[in-house]
Amino acid sequence: MAEVEGSLEPAGACPLLPLVTDGLCFTGGDRRLILDGVSFRLDDGFRTVILGPNGAGKSVLLRLCHGLLRPTAGQITWGGLSPAAAASRQGMVFQRPVLLRRSVRANIEHVLAIKGVRAGERGARVRAALERAGLARLADRPARMLSGGEQQRLSIARAWVMEPEVLLLDEPSSSLDPAATRAVEDLVREVAAGGARVIMTTHDIGQARRLADDVLFLHRGHLLEHSPASSFFAGPAHPAAARFIQGDLID
Amino acid sequence: MTDFVNAFRTAFELIVGLDPELVRIVTLSLQISLAAVLAATVIALPLGAAVALLRFPGRRAVVILLNAAMGLPPVVVGLVVYLLLSRAGPLGSFGLLFTPTAMIVAQCILVMPIIAALTRQTITDLHEEYDEYLRSVGAGPLRSIGTLIRDGRFRLLTAVLAGFGRAIAEVGAVLIVGGNIQNVTRVMTTTIALETSKGNLALALGLGLILIIVATTINGLAMAVGEAAESRHG
Repeated sequence: MAEVEGSLEPAGACPLLPLVTDGLCFTGGDRRLILDGVSFRLDDGFRTVILGPNGAGKSVLLRLCHGLLRPTAGQITWGGLSPAAAASRQGMVFQRPVLLRRSVRANIEHVLAIKGVRAGERGARVRAALERAGLARLADRPARMLSGGEQQRLSIARAWVMEPEVLLLDEPSSSLDPAATRAVEDLVREVAAGGARVIMTTHDIGQARRLADDVLFLHRGHLLEHSPASSFFAGPAHPAAARFIQGDLID
Repeated sequence: MTDFVNAFRTAFELIVGLDPELVRIVTLSLQISLAAVLAATVIALPLGAAVALLRFPGRRAVVILLNAAMGLPPVVVGLVVYLLLSRAGPLGSFGLLFTPTAMIVAQCILVMPIIAALTRQTITDLHEEYDEYLRSVGAGPLRSIGTLIRDGRFRLLTAVLAGFGRAIAEVGAVLIVGGNIQNVTRVMTTTIALETSKGNLALALGLGLILIIVATTINGLAMAVGEAAESRHG
Protein backbone atom coordinates (compact mmCIF):
# COMPACT_ATOMS: atom_id res chain seq x y z
CA MET A 1 0.00 0.00 0.00
CA ALA A 2 2.70 2.46 0.89
CA GLU A 3 4.51 3.75 -2.14
CA VAL A 4 7.80 2.30 -1.08
CA GLU A 5 9.04 2.55 -4.59
CA GLY A 6 12.67 1.91 -5.42
CA SER A 7 12.66 -0.32 -2.42
CA LEU A 8 16.18 -0.36 -1.15
CA GLU A 9 18.14 -3.50 -0.97
CA PRO A 10 19.47 -3.89 2.52
CA ALA A 11 22.62 -1.86 2.85
CA GLY A 12 25.76 -3.76 3.73
CA ALA A 13 26.47 -4.47 7.34
CA CYS A 14 26.39 -1.15 9.12
CA PRO A 15 28.41 -1.33 12.30
CA LEU A 16 26.57 1.64 13.82
CA LEU A 17 23.45 -0.46 14.04
CA PRO A 18 21.51 -1.57 15.86
CA LEU A 19 20.49 1.67 17.48
CA VAL A 20 19.22 0.70 20.90
CA THR A 21 17.54 3.01 23.37
CA ASP A 22 16.49 1.93 26.80
CA GLY A 23 14.20 3.85 29.13
CA LEU A 24 15.04 7.17 27.52
CA CYS A 25 13.78 10.21 29.45
CA PHE A 26 14.33 13.85 28.76
CA THR A 27 13.22 16.76 30.86
CA GLY A 28 13.08 20.21 29.27
CA GLY A 29 14.31 23.46 30.72
CA ASP A 30 10.93 24.14 32.32
CA ARG A 31 10.97 20.69 34.00
CA ARG A 32 8.39 19.41 31.57
CA LEU A 33 8.86 15.74 30.77
CA ILE A 34 9.40 15.66 27.00
CA LEU A 35 10.32 12.00 26.62
CA ASP A 36 9.23 9.35 29.08
CA GLY A 37 10.74 5.88 29.04
CA VAL A 38 11.32 5.47 25.30
CA SER A 39 12.86 2.09 24.42
CA PHE A 40 13.30 0.69 20.94
CA ARG A 41 15.76 -1.09 18.72
CA LEU A 42 16.46 -0.20 15.09
CA ASP A 43 18.27 -2.70 12.94
CA ASP A 44 19.94 -2.36 9.63
CA GLY A 45 18.47 -1.70 6.25
CA PHE A 46 15.36 0.42 6.62
CA ARG A 47 13.97 3.88 6.33
CA THR A 48 12.49 4.56 9.72
CA VAL A 49 9.98 7.32 10.26
CA ILE A 50 9.36 8.72 13.72
CA LEU A 51 5.74 9.81 13.42
CA GLY A 52 3.63 11.84 15.79
CA PRO A 53 1.79 15.11 16.28
CA ASN A 54 3.64 18.35 17.00
CA GLY A 55 5.09 18.40 20.48
CA ALA A 56 5.33 14.62 20.73
CA GLY A 57 9.07 14.80 21.39
CA LYS A 58 10.24 13.68 17.93
CA SER A 59 12.91 16.33 17.46
CA VAL A 60 14.24 15.83 20.97
CA LEU A 61 14.47 12.08 20.36
CA LEU A 62 16.47 12.67 17.17
CA ARG A 63 18.79 15.14 18.91
CA LEU A 64 19.38 12.68 21.75
CA CYS A 65 20.28 9.97 19.25
CA HIS A 66 22.71 12.34 17.51
CA GLY A 67 24.30 13.41 20.80
CA LEU A 68 23.20 17.05 20.58
CA LEU A 69 21.25 16.60 23.81
CA ARG A 70 21.96 14.37 26.78
CA PRO A 71 19.19 12.18 28.16
CA THR A 72 17.98 12.88 31.68
CA ALA A 73 17.77 9.14 32.18
CA GLY A 74 18.17 6.03 30.06
CA GLN A 75 20.67 4.73 27.53
CA ILE A 76 21.37 5.15 23.83
CA THR A 77 23.88 3.04 21.97
CA TRP A 78 24.81 2.83 18.31
CA GLY A 79 26.24 -0.61 17.76
CA GLY A 80 27.63 -0.31 21.25
CA LEU A 81 28.97 3.22 20.78
CA SER A 82 27.79 6.31 22.66
CA PRO A 83 25.92 8.92 20.60
CA ALA A 84 28.88 11.30 20.88
CA ALA A 85 31.26 8.67 19.51
CA ALA A 86 28.87 7.71 16.72
CA ALA A 87 27.97 11.27 15.65
CA SER A 88 30.90 11.70 13.28
CA ARG A 89 29.58 8.83 11.17
CA GLN A 90 26.11 10.36 10.92
CA GLY A 91 24.66 13.23 8.97
CA MET A 92 22.00 15.46 10.46
CA VAL A 93 19.46 17.61 8.63
CA PHE A 94 17.56 20.15 10.70
CA GLN A 95 13.98 21.29 10.32
CA ARG A 96 15.16 24.82 9.64
CA PRO A 97 18.24 24.49 7.46
CA VAL A 98 21.33 25.93 9.17
CA LEU A 99 23.23 27.36 6.24
CA LEU A 100 26.38 29.44 6.50
CA ARG A 101 26.46 32.96 5.13
CA ARG A 102 28.47 31.78 2.17
CA SER A 103 27.97 30.40 -1.29
CA VAL A 104 26.30 27.04 -1.89
CA ARG A 105 29.68 25.59 -2.83
CA ALA A 106 31.39 27.01 0.28
CA ASN A 107 28.76 25.42 2.51
CA ILE A 108 29.73 21.97 1.25
CA GLU A 109 33.44 22.83 1.34
CA HIS A 110 33.09 23.85 4.98
CA VAL A 111 32.03 20.41 6.13
CA LEU A 112 34.67 18.72 3.97
CA ALA A 113 37.32 20.91 5.57
CA ILE A 114 36.08 20.02 9.06
CA LYS A 115 36.22 16.34 8.23
CA GLY A 116 39.79 16.73 7.06
CA VAL A 117 39.26 16.12 3.33
CA ARG A 118 42.33 17.46 1.48
CA ALA A 119 41.78 20.70 -0.42
CA GLY A 120 42.63 19.04 -3.72
CA GLU A 121 39.85 16.48 -3.34
CA ARG A 122 37.14 18.87 -2.25
CA GLY A 123 36.26 20.30 -5.66
CA ALA A 124 35.23 16.97 -7.17
CA ARG A 125 33.23 15.96 -4.11
CA VAL A 126 31.44 19.30 -3.97
CA ARG A 127 30.49 18.96 -7.62
CA ALA A 128 29.26 15.41 -7.14
CA ALA A 129 27.18 16.37 -4.09
CA LEU A 130 25.60 19.39 -5.81
CA GLU A 131 24.93 17.29 -8.89
CA ARG A 132 23.07 14.68 -6.83
CA ALA A 133 20.98 17.36 -5.14
CA GLY A 134 20.24 19.12 -8.43
CA LEU A 135 21.96 22.29 -7.26
CA ALA A 136 24.99 22.35 -9.56
CA ARG A 137 23.89 25.46 -11.41
CA LEU A 138 23.42 27.33 -8.13
CA ALA A 139 26.93 26.60 -6.83
CA ASP A 140 28.02 30.22 -6.66
CA ARG A 141 24.81 31.66 -5.24
CA PRO A 142 24.66 32.76 -1.59
CA ALA A 143 23.18 29.74 0.18
CA ARG A 144 20.67 31.71 2.24
CA MET A 145 19.18 33.30 -0.86
CA LEU A 146 17.97 29.96 -2.19
CA SER A 147 14.33 28.95 -1.98
CA GLY A 148 13.24 26.89 1.03
CA GLY A 149 13.29 23.65 -0.94
CA GLU A 150 16.71 24.35 -2.42
CA GLN A 151 18.04 25.22 1.03
CA GLN A 152 16.82 21.94 2.44
CA ARG A 153 18.27 19.99 -0.49
CA LEU A 154 21.57 21.75 0.14
CA SER A 155 21.46 20.70 3.81
CA ILE A 156 20.86 17.12 2.73
CA ALA A 157 23.67 17.32 0.18
CA ARG A 158 25.94 18.74 2.86
CA ALA A 159 25.07 15.94 5.27
CA TRP A 160 25.43 13.37 2.51
CA VAL A 161 28.76 14.51 1.09
CA MET A 162 30.61 12.73 3.89
CA GLU A 163 28.79 9.50 2.99
CA PRO A 164 27.46 8.98 6.52
CA GLU A 165 26.32 5.54 7.61
CA VAL A 166 23.19 7.05 9.10
CA LEU A 167 21.27 10.11 7.96
CA LEU A 168 19.00 11.75 10.53
CA LEU A 169 16.38 14.19 9.26
CA ASP A 170 14.19 16.33 11.49
CA GLU A 171 10.95 17.24 9.67
CA PRO A 172 12.93 18.10 6.54
CA SER A 173 9.94 19.30 4.54
CA SER A 174 7.60 20.68 7.17
CA SER A 175 7.52 24.17 5.67
CA LEU A 176 7.80 23.27 1.99
CA ASP A 177 5.25 23.23 -0.81
CA PRO A 178 4.35 19.92 -2.49
CA ALA A 179 6.85 20.21 -5.35
CA ALA A 180 9.72 21.02 -3.01
CA THR A 181 8.59 18.28 -0.64
CA ARG A 182 8.66 15.76 -3.48
CA ALA A 183 12.20 16.84 -4.41
CA VAL A 184 13.31 16.41 -0.80
CA GLU A 185 11.65 13.01 -0.54
CA ASP A 186 13.26 11.85 -3.79
CA LEU A 187 16.62 12.90 -2.41
CA VAL A 188 15.97 11.01 0.83
CA ARG A 189 15.12 7.88 -1.16
CA GLU A 190 18.33 8.27 -3.12
CA VAL A 191 20.36 8.63 0.06
CA ALA A 192 18.77 5.47 1.44
CA ALA A 193 19.30 3.62 -1.83
CA GLY A 194 22.94 4.67 -1.64
CA GLY A 195 23.26 2.63 1.53
CA ALA A 196 22.71 5.11 4.35
CA ARG A 197 20.30 4.18 7.12
CA VAL A 198 17.63 6.90 7.11
CA ILE A 199 15.85 7.94 10.28
CA MET A 200 13.51 10.88 9.94
CA THR A 201 10.78 12.56 11.91
CA THR A 202 7.55 13.85 10.47
CA HIS A 203 4.05 14.76 11.57
CA ASP A 204 2.86 14.30 7.99
CA ILE A 205 1.02 10.97 7.66
CA GLY A 206 1.27 11.04 3.88
CA GLN A 207 5.00 11.48 4.03
CA ALA A 208 5.30 8.61 6.49
CA ARG A 209 3.26 6.39 4.12
CA ARG A 210 5.47 7.38 1.18
CA LEU A 211 8.82 6.90 2.89
CA ALA A 212 8.59 4.62 5.87
CA ASP A 213 9.68 1.02 6.02
CA ASP A 214 8.94 1.03 9.70
CA VAL A 215 7.23 3.53 11.95
CA LEU A 216 7.86 4.68 15.50
CA PHE A 217 4.69 6.36 16.73
CA LEU A 218 5.44 8.91 19.39
CA HIS A 219 2.79 10.75 21.39
CA ARG A 220 3.29 13.03 24.38
CA GLY A 221 6.74 11.69 24.99
CA HIS A 222 5.68 8.06 24.95
CA LEU A 223 6.55 5.55 22.29
CA LEU A 224 3.14 4.00 21.65
CA GLU A 225 3.99 1.77 18.74
CA HIS A 226 6.88 0.45 16.68
CA SER A 227 5.85 -1.63 13.70
CA PRO A 228 6.56 -2.18 10.02
CA ALA A 229 4.91 0.50 7.92
CA SER A 230 2.63 -1.97 6.13
CA SER A 231 1.05 -3.26 9.32
CA PHE A 232 1.07 0.17 11.00
CA PHE A 233 -0.96 1.78 8.23
CA ALA A 234 -3.17 -1.30 7.78
CA GLY A 235 -4.22 -1.18 11.40
CA PRO A 236 -2.24 0.44 14.15
CA ALA A 237 -2.30 -1.38 17.45
CA HIS A 238 -2.68 1.70 19.60
CA PRO A 239 -6.00 3.64 19.54
CA ALA A 240 -4.24 7.03 19.53
CA ALA A 241 -2.22 5.98 16.49
CA ALA A 242 -5.38 4.76 14.78
CA ARG A 243 -7.08 8.10 15.35
CA PHE A 244 -3.97 9.98 14.22
CA ILE A 245 -3.72 8.19 10.88
CA GLN A 246 -7.44 8.71 10.30
CA GLY A 247 -6.64 12.40 10.46
CA ASP A 248 -8.16 13.09 13.87
CA LEU A 249 -6.58 15.75 16.00
CA ILE A 250 -5.17 14.03 19.02
CA ASP A 251 -3.88 15.75 22.08
CA MET B 1 24.94 87.38 10.89
CA THR B 2 27.69 88.77 8.62
CA ASP B 3 30.23 87.41 11.11
CA PHE B 4 28.71 84.04 10.58
CA VAL B 5 28.74 84.32 6.80
CA ASN B 6 32.33 85.53 6.86
CA ALA B 7 33.33 82.68 9.10
CA PHE B 8 31.76 80.22 6.69
CA ARG B 9 33.55 81.79 3.73
CA THR B 10 36.91 81.70 5.50
CA ALA B 11 36.29 78.15 6.66
CA PHE B 12 35.55 77.13 3.10
CA GLU B 13 38.73 78.84 1.89
CA LEU B 14 40.76 77.03 4.55
CA ILE B 15 39.42 73.69 3.39
CA VAL B 16 39.74 74.32 -0.34
CA GLY B 17 43.17 75.92 0.06
CA LEU B 18 44.32 72.96 2.16
CA ASP B 19 45.49 75.25 4.92
CA PRO B 20 48.63 73.63 6.43
CA GLU B 21 47.45 73.98 10.04
CA LEU B 22 44.04 72.52 9.20
CA VAL B 23 45.60 69.65 7.28
CA ARG B 24 47.98 68.93 10.14
CA ILE B 25 45.13 68.83 12.66
CA VAL B 26 42.92 66.61 10.50
CA THR B 27 45.80 64.25 9.77
CA LEU B 28 46.71 63.93 13.44
CA SER B 29 43.05 63.30 14.34
CA LEU B 30 42.77 60.51 11.82
CA GLN B 31 46.10 58.99 12.84
CA ILE B 32 45.24 58.95 16.53
CA SER B 33 41.74 57.58 16.09
CA LEU B 34 42.84 54.94 13.57
CA ALA B 35 45.60 53.77 15.90
CA ALA B 36 43.22 53.74 18.86
CA VAL B 37 40.57 51.75 16.98
CA LEU B 38 43.17 49.32 15.66
CA ALA B 39 44.49 48.69 19.17
CA ALA B 40 40.97 48.45 20.57
CA THR B 41 39.95 45.97 17.86
CA VAL B 42 42.92 43.72 18.57
CA ILE B 43 41.76 43.50 22.19
CA ALA B 44 38.01 43.63 21.67
CA LEU B 45 37.49 40.96 18.99
CA PRO B 46 39.01 38.07 20.98
CA LEU B 47 37.52 39.42 24.21
CA GLY B 48 34.03 39.73 22.75
CA ALA B 49 34.26 36.31 21.11
CA ALA B 50 35.54 34.74 24.35
CA VAL B 51 32.73 36.23 26.41
CA ALA B 52 30.23 35.04 23.82
CA LEU B 53 31.51 31.47 23.63
CA LEU B 54 33.16 30.54 26.91
CA ARG B 55 31.35 29.75 30.13
CA PHE B 56 33.32 30.95 33.14
CA PRO B 57 32.43 32.23 36.60
CA GLY B 58 31.65 35.92 36.55
CA ARG B 59 30.80 35.86 32.86
CA ARG B 60 27.51 37.64 33.42
CA ALA B 61 29.26 40.38 35.33
CA VAL B 62 31.70 40.85 32.44
CA VAL B 63 28.80 41.14 29.98
CA ILE B 64 27.08 43.75 32.14
CA LEU B 65 30.35 45.61 32.61
CA LEU B 66 31.06 45.63 28.87
CA ASN B 67 27.61 46.92 28.03
CA ALA B 68 27.80 49.58 30.73
CA ALA B 69 31.29 50.59 29.59
CA MET B 70 29.90 51.42 26.13
CA GLY B 71 28.65 54.61 27.71
CA LEU B 72 31.80 55.57 29.64
CA PRO B 73 31.94 59.37 30.07
CA PRO B 74 34.98 60.50 28.06
CA VAL B 75 36.12 63.06 30.64
CA VAL B 76 36.26 60.38 33.31
CA VAL B 77 38.30 58.13 31.03
CA GLY B 78 40.56 61.14 30.40
CA LEU B 79 40.89 61.76 34.12
CA VAL B 80 41.80 58.14 34.86
CA VAL B 81 44.37 57.98 32.06
CA TYR B 82 45.71 61.34 33.28
CA LEU B 83 46.16 59.98 36.80
CA LEU B 84 47.88 56.87 35.46
CA LEU B 85 50.27 58.77 33.19
CA SER B 86 51.00 61.86 35.29
CA ARG B 87 54.49 62.14 36.79
CA ALA B 88 53.31 60.90 40.17
CA GLY B 89 51.15 58.16 38.64
CA PRO B 90 52.07 54.47 38.31
CA LEU B 91 53.01 54.88 34.64
CA GLY B 92 54.49 58.35 35.05
CA SER B 93 58.03 57.24 34.30
CA PHE B 94 57.16 56.68 30.64
CA GLY B 95 56.58 60.40 30.17
CA LEU B 96 53.54 59.84 27.99
CA LEU B 97 51.25 62.55 29.31
CA PHE B 98 50.45 65.25 26.74
CA THR B 99 51.63 63.10 23.82
CA PRO B 100 49.61 61.59 20.97
CA THR B 101 50.30 58.18 22.54
CA ALA B 102 48.37 59.20 25.64
CA MET B 103 45.48 60.25 23.41
CA ILE B 104 45.56 56.90 21.63
CA VAL B 105 45.42 55.12 24.98
CA ALA B 106 42.44 57.22 26.13
CA GLN B 107 40.48 56.68 22.90
CA CYS B 108 41.34 53.00 22.92
CA ILE B 109 39.87 52.61 26.42
CA LEU B 110 36.83 54.54 25.30
CA VAL B 111 36.02 52.47 22.19
CA MET B 112 37.26 49.03 23.24
CA PRO B 113 34.06 48.25 25.20
CA ILE B 114 31.92 49.34 22.26
CA ILE B 115 33.65 47.02 19.84
CA ALA B 116 33.81 44.19 22.40
CA ALA B 117 30.13 44.46 23.34
CA LEU B 118 29.00 44.54 19.69
CA THR B 119 31.34 41.64 18.90
CA ARG B 120 29.88 39.64 21.78
CA GLN B 121 26.36 40.29 20.54
CA THR B 122 27.22 39.37 16.95
CA ILE B 123 29.03 36.18 17.90
CA THR B 124 26.32 35.19 20.39
CA ASP B 125 23.57 35.56 17.78
CA LEU B 126 25.49 33.64 15.14
CA HIS B 127 26.51 30.97 17.61
CA GLU B 128 22.92 30.41 18.64
CA GLU B 129 22.11 29.78 15.01
CA TYR B 130 25.18 27.71 14.03
CA ASP B 131 25.77 25.81 17.28
CA GLU B 132 23.87 22.62 16.47
CA TYR B 133 25.28 22.43 12.97
CA LEU B 134 28.84 22.95 14.19
CA ARG B 135 28.45 20.32 16.91
CA SER B 136 26.70 17.95 14.53
CA VAL B 137 29.60 17.95 12.06
CA GLY B 138 32.15 17.79 14.87
CA ALA B 139 33.78 21.21 14.43
CA GLY B 140 36.42 21.87 17.09
CA PRO B 141 36.54 25.10 19.12
CA LEU B 142 39.06 26.84 16.86
CA ARG B 143 37.19 25.90 13.70
CA SER B 144 33.92 27.04 15.27
CA ILE B 145 35.30 30.43 16.32
CA GLY B 146 36.86 30.87 12.88
CA THR B 147 33.53 30.11 11.21
CA LEU B 148 31.62 32.52 13.44
CA ILE B 149 34.10 35.37 12.94
CA ARG B 150 34.23 34.82 9.20
CA ASP B 151 30.46 34.69 8.79
CA GLY B 152 30.01 37.65 11.15
CA ARG B 153 32.68 39.72 9.44
CA PHE B 154 30.34 42.35 8.03
CA ARG B 155 28.68 42.98 11.35
CA LEU B 156 32.06 43.01 13.09
CA LEU B 157 33.29 45.59 10.60
CA THR B 158 30.23 47.68 11.46
CA ALA B 159 31.22 47.45 15.14
CA VAL B 160 34.73 48.68 14.34
CA LEU B 161 33.31 51.58 12.34
CA ALA B 162 31.01 52.47 15.24
CA GLY B 163 34.11 52.56 17.45
CA PHE B 164 35.91 54.82 15.00
CA GLY B 165 32.94 57.17 14.86
CA ARG B 166 32.99 57.48 18.63
CA ALA B 167 36.77 57.97 18.77
CA ILE B 168 37.02 60.69 16.13
CA ALA B 169 34.15 62.75 17.57
CA GLU B 170 35.17 62.57 21.22
CA VAL B 171 36.67 65.62 22.93
CA GLY B 172 36.82 65.27 26.72
CA ALA B 173 39.35 62.48 27.07
CA VAL B 174 41.87 63.69 24.50
CA LEU B 175 41.65 67.24 25.82
CA ILE B 176 42.65 66.11 29.31
CA VAL B 177 45.44 63.69 28.39
CA GLY B 178 46.64 65.49 25.25
CA GLY B 179 46.60 69.00 26.60
CA ASN B 180 45.66 70.53 23.24
CA ILE B 181 49.25 71.61 22.51
CA GLN B 182 49.63 73.36 19.17
CA ASN B 183 51.34 71.24 16.52
CA VAL B 184 51.63 68.31 18.93
CA THR B 185 48.34 67.13 20.37
CA ARG B 186 45.75 69.29 18.73
CA VAL B 187 43.00 67.29 17.07
CA MET B 188 39.79 68.41 15.38
CA THR B 189 37.53 68.31 18.41
CA THR B 190 39.91 69.98 20.85
CA THR B 191 40.78 72.68 18.34
CA ILE B 192 37.11 73.39 17.69
CA ALA B 193 36.52 73.83 21.43
CA LEU B 194 39.54 76.08 21.84
CA GLU B 195 39.10 78.23 18.72
CA THR B 196 35.41 78.75 19.42
CA SER B 197 36.16 80.02 22.89
CA LYS B 198 38.84 82.31 21.39
CA GLY B 199 36.33 83.64 18.88
CA ASN B 200 38.23 82.24 15.88
CA LEU B 201 35.15 80.82 14.29
CA ALA B 202 36.59 80.22 10.83
CA LEU B 203 39.05 77.48 11.79
CA ALA B 204 36.48 76.00 14.19
CA LEU B 205 33.84 75.88 11.48
CA GLY B 206 36.23 74.49 8.88
CA LEU B 207 37.20 71.68 11.21
CA GLY B 208 33.59 71.19 12.19
CA LEU B 209 32.61 70.71 8.56
CA ILE B 210 35.37 68.17 8.03
CA LEU B 211 34.42 66.36 11.22
CA ILE B 212 30.82 66.12 10.07
CA ILE B 213 31.93 64.81 6.69
CA VAL B 214 34.16 62.19 8.33
CA ALA B 215 31.47 61.13 10.80
CA THR B 216 28.78 60.95 8.11
CA THR B 217 31.05 58.97 5.82
CA ILE B 218 31.78 56.48 8.61
CA ASN B 219 28.08 56.11 9.32
CA GLY B 220 27.26 55.73 5.66
CA LEU B 221 29.99 53.16 5.29
CA ALA B 222 28.67 51.20 8.26
CA MET B 223 25.18 51.22 6.79
CA ALA B 224 26.42 50.24 3.35
CA VAL B 225 28.40 47.34 4.82
CA GLY B 226 25.36 46.14 6.73
CA GLU B 227 23.08 46.38 3.71
CA ALA B 228 25.57 44.69 1.42
CA ALA B 229 25.85 41.80 3.86
CA GLU B 230 22.08 41.60 4.22
CA SER B 231 21.40 41.53 0.50
CA ARG B 232 24.20 39.06 -0.13
CA HIS B 233 23.62 36.57 2.63
CA GLY B 234 20.31 37.34 4.30
